[in-house]
Amino acid sequence: MTSDNHQDNIIDVKDLKVHFPVTEGLLKKTVGWNYAVDGVSFSVRRGETFSLVGESGCGKSTTALSVLRMQDVTAGNIVFNGQDITHFSANKLRPIRRQIQMIYQDPFGSLNPRMKVGSIIGEPLRVHGQAKDKVKYRTRVKELMRLVGLLDDMADRYPHEFSGGQRQRICIARALALEPELIICDEPVSALDVSIQAQVINLLMDLQERLGLTYLFIAHDLSVVRHISNRVAVMYLGQIVEVADRQTLFNDPKHPYTQALLNAVPEPDPELESSRPERLIIGEVPSVRNPPSGCRFHPRCSKAIAQCKIDRPVLNLYNQSLIACHLY
Amino acid sequence: MSLLSINNLSVSFQTDRGVVQAVDQVSFDVDAGETLAIVGESGSGKSVTALSILQLLGDAGTISDGQIVFDGQNLLDLPEKDIRNIRGDRIAMIFQEPMSSLNPVLTIGKQVAEPIWLHRKKTWNEALDQAEELIKKVSIPDARQRLDAYPHQFSGGMRQRVMIAMALACEPKLIIADEPTTALDVTVQAQILSLLKNLTTELNSALILITHDLGVVARYADRVAVMYGGRIVESATAAELYKHPKHPYTEGLMASIPTLDGEPGSRLQTIEGQPPDLLHMPAGCAFHPRCPYAAEICKHAKPSLKEVEANHFRACVGYESIS
Repeated sequence: MTSDNHQDNIIDVKDLKVHFPVTEGLLKKTVGWNYAVDGVSFSVRRGETFSLVGESGCGKSTTALSVLRMQDVTAGNIVFNGQDITHFSANKLRPIRRQIQMIYQDPFGSLNPRMKVGSIIGEPLRVHGQAKDKVKYRTRVKELMRLVGLLDDMADRYPHEFSGGQRQRICIARALALEPELIICDEPVSALDVSIQAQVINLLMDLQERLGLTYLFIAHDLSVVRHISNRVAVMYLGQIVEVADRQTLFNDPKHPYTQALLNAVPEPDPELESSRPERLIIGEVPSVRNPPSGCRFHPRCSKAIAQCKIDRPVLNLYNQSLIACHLY
Repeated sequence: MSLLSINNLSVSFQTDRGVVQAVDQVSFDVDAGETLAIVGESGSGKSVTALSILQLLGDAGTISDGQIVFDGQNLLDLPEKDIRNIRGDRIAMIFQEPMSSLNPVLTIGKQVAEPIWLHRKKTWNEALDQAEELIKKVSIPDARQRLDAYPHQFSGGMRQRVMIAMALACEPKLIIADEPTTALDVTVQAQILSLLKNLTTELNSALILITHDLGVVARYADRVAVMYGGRIVESATAAELYKHPKHPYTEGLMASIPTLDGEPGSRLQTIEGQPPDLLHMPAGCAFHPRCPYAAEICKHAKPSLKEVEANHFRACVGYESIS
């Protein structure tokens, strides 16, 4: 079914479920559940960029946090380098966390304003006991700064002295400090101006090539995803609806939601836009608290058939892609 | 004559760290029924330009120079009372954050009916009836019942529909939409922009669309003005601007967007450097420190907007000195 037997998977997520209790009143009585992630399976191959895309509330960030085990998992398995880490204790997770690092969306909120840039970048080294040799430590921090295009003498400055793009470089340097294998990038460029986005995307691609990194990339900006990804998974309301390689997904999307999503994104080309028929999908994303029965997309789907209301479609192999839709 | 004509508008802000020249000698026209997009990055002055039109700058901002001529009248000469009569009547505004621009303790019906009651001197019941029509028009189901609902009972997309209903209430000649869909998901963004565009076409209203999204501009704008460092650096029809950008900044911007046909693994073109610090704006052309074509003259001379082809304007001395 969904798990491709690729030899060199760095991450295998199997039937992941993350449900949040909805509480009410003084005693926080549980009155319902938010099915934020509900049966998600995917694999990330070593050295690739695998993207999770979808609209807000689709569960993409929760999925990413679960991979890092920064989010408690309700059910399912997370396998990292062949090791099932789903139920690892905090102690056992420490060496794993060295190998999986994260870059966040907001380069303003994720840097401590009272720390100098050098010590921000070196913090993971200190936490993991790799700063005992002061000379080596300082050399390593400088090396990291150069790697992301910052100048050595910036180490003694504070985050507020830097622009958004440079701050994101600081975050990237910090993520690289422990030489991780996998970096989870949660909307790494969406807070940046267009002219700066390209700089950071290029940097991420350069670093991947030089250091052999694997990226799990979370984004809602499809043009960025199209540029950087090898494979893409589209999520809707806590489930994956389609997984395909970049070319196939963007040129020949199969799932009606993927098609609608791609159609909703305007291309920066007035001629193309004026010739393209506008196919709007109706309604808005429903709440994950009471997700629709059967296929969760059926109330908004123009191609829904009777079966879609009853049966939940599972991901099935169709040509080279995985699609969860009764039409295929 | 244009519906709106802005001439040499300059706006400055008093901040703790000094005076910021947010808008510097900006001029542009908007014709009846057309959609003009103002694009630029954060700090480029696009929102401040929009807010100046209705004089919504707050205490810190001052319009230090220029004219804003709307329907033959310079709005900057009018007393506050007259401006208030224009706001929401002949010129309406739609903001980015529908939650913070709606009053949380008033029902939707009251908020949509208010401009009609205020500007059109209708009775309250007539205004409410008209509000119901407007709510239907922006495709909110069960309009009658929804009149009694409060903003928190609506989703983000529905709130923005309410904002559009309010803006259209008095059939304004000009609607200013400041990043109207930035807070929304793409499928909802497409619904909202298409609704806004259709309704403005129906009323033959002009629309000023402030955005940083070059895709949105391509789909909805007739003309585009590109701002950088508080000035307009280029303006043209949308088709022309995307096909033949003539300012180095626009050129760089267009080239840095990932496109459909990019090779896998290829690198994007970038504009080197960082956007200017508004407190320490570079002398001469604000873009010169990042410009690949910058000449000596660019460091001193502030370029002004000149027509380089029919209806295509550019502010660049470097190019002039080359050709």
